[in-house]
Amino acid sequence: MPMRIAVPIKQVPDVAEELELASDEKDVEREFLAFVMSEWDGQALEEAVLVKEATGAEVVVVAFDEPDVDQTLATALAKGADRAVKLTGAGEGWISSHARAHLIAEWVRGEDIDLVLAGVHAVDDLDGQLPALLGPLLGRPHATVVVGVEVRDGTAAVQQDFGGGRVNELELRLPAVLGVQTASQPPRYVPIGLIRQAMQEGKIEEHAAPAATVDSGISVRRLYEPEQAGHAEMLTGSADEVAERIVELIRARGL
Amino acid sequence: MANDILVLAEHAGGELSETTYELVGKARELASSLGGRTIVALLGEESLATELGGADAVLTVDHPALAGYNPEAYLLVLAHLTEERDPRLVLLANTTVGMDLGAALSAARGAPLAAYVAEIEAQDGSLVATSQIYGGKLMAESVIEGSPAVCTVIGGSFPAEAGHGAGSPEVEQVAPPPGLDELKTSFVRLAEPPAGDVDITQAPLLISVGRGIESEDNLELVQELADALGAPLSASRPVTDLGWLPKTRQVGKSGLKVKPKAYLAFGISGAPEHLEGMRDAELIVACNNDAHAPIFGVAHYGTTLDLFDLVPALTEKLQA
Repeated sequence: MPMRIAVPIKQVPDVAEELELASDEKDVEREFLAFVMSEWDGQALEEAVLVKEATGAEVVVVAFDEPDVDQTLATALAKGADRAVKLTGAGEGWISSHARAHLIAEWVRGEDIDLVLAGVHAVDDLDGQLPALLGPLLGRPHATVVVGVEVRDGTAAVQQDFGGGRVNELELRLPAVLGVQTASQPPRYVPIGLIRQAMQEGKIEEHAAPAATVDSGISVRRLYEPEQAGHAEMLTGSADEVAERIVELIRARGL
Repeated sequence: MANDILVLAEHAGGELSETTYELVGKARELASSLGGRTIVALLGEESLATELGGADAVLTVDHPALAGYNPEAYLLVLAHLTEERDPRLVLLANTTVGMDLGAALSAARGAPLAAYVAEIEAQDGSLVATSQIYGGKLMAESVIEGSPAVCTVIGGSFPAEAGHGAGSPEVEQVAPPPGLDELKTSFVRLAEPPAGDVDITQAPLLISVGRGIESEDNLELVQELADALGAPLSASRPVTDLGWLPKTRQVGKSGLKVKPKAYLAFGISGAPEHLEGMRDAELIVACNNDAHAPIFGVAHYGTTLDLFDLVPALTEKLQA
């Protein structure tokens, strides 16, 4: 039987857009927000597809029923995932990392998964990151901030980013959980036509999310925009005028 | 004991990290307001205990499995120490090690966790953490319910000076917990980056590019500016992730910390991880077309001009 890889995928608000607070100030106002696949989940998916190409593994992506998730799951299928699973009924709005981890762990237990490749973190993580929660919940070894994975003989050889180009090399006996920061190559591009095709083929499986009430252990009092200690003095004018000012600033430092 | 603060020390190449001292300093403050002690867990490098004069006690654990960084071994030991010593709070840095262990300790011990913490206070017996979320665009204030609590703290949030001290902490050797001989994870090696590239931490001036540069071909434009200034190019994570510049040029949490005389940032929005690596530059000039980009919070001068207009104008001025 081929090895089976699971990639949990999460939809997050696009932080390139303006974020407004909900009236209770405990969440962002979700109604008009654009949601996109968490950037690091895209890296995890790419690494999973690379491992599939190297070993013949099967790749299953799994997500909750979050805004615009069908588009993301169809994109994952077009990129090379074999199955896409949507877990429904886990509630609306922000799902804590602890709740997410418990539900995904429950799903993994029923699926014969050898390797979980998850995004190392997401912009709306508050109570921790999924991969490091999943490892102990599943009783499997884990490593995060991963920048390269090679699977051979039931072992994952993993490179962990230690900053400044330093890499910690580990070997984990499968089954294991990895949090991917950067895939071994940039995520592939798929033409929109293939995504549409995947969408129309109706290959997204829907399952009810496992029933569980999980307390994250923290309660959000409020969200707020950071008060910045200072703000840049904004340079206005034409590109030429601004360039002139910047050159003066650099020269004034003797550079 | 129930009001102690436990700090995980991080070390590499026989030296404690700067973040370890930042955490020790904060732990001292919290311990004093809660009536507990500051205890540092030092795994695999007992000799460094003498460098931890800011702590009340240092727990050392030695075992061959702790010779390099192995997340499974570290988690086993940290969970053991947490159970045995029952601290009020466990502090870790938001580094690779902290990302591995903070959430894992939370799951393993059923302990509540706040991540990306920039501030933490004891208020009426509760711990209140302030975290950065949404790429630094928002802060979240949360009450951590239950004990022990776990926090992973963003580097640079607290002054390191407060963690240095001339005290002589009680050093206790703790026997390694069972299980370290039966790990499923093995440490292979810590690989240093290939030598030979420019050392961006030594450059007085850096020209830095981010996602806003859009394509590898566009790098030529900033390279011309860098050449005109005799400065090296550096970058934020998205650019090195894509392989457009080597990892040795990356500024930030998973890159290098720099403190040049001047730092020119083009198309960098300023995620907290990036700001952590460059906010101490003497002069920061940022160019980003989003007027709300967090980079403008740390920059001294900013412009929302299109970088594709500004960069050639700058190069031209310098070449004239």
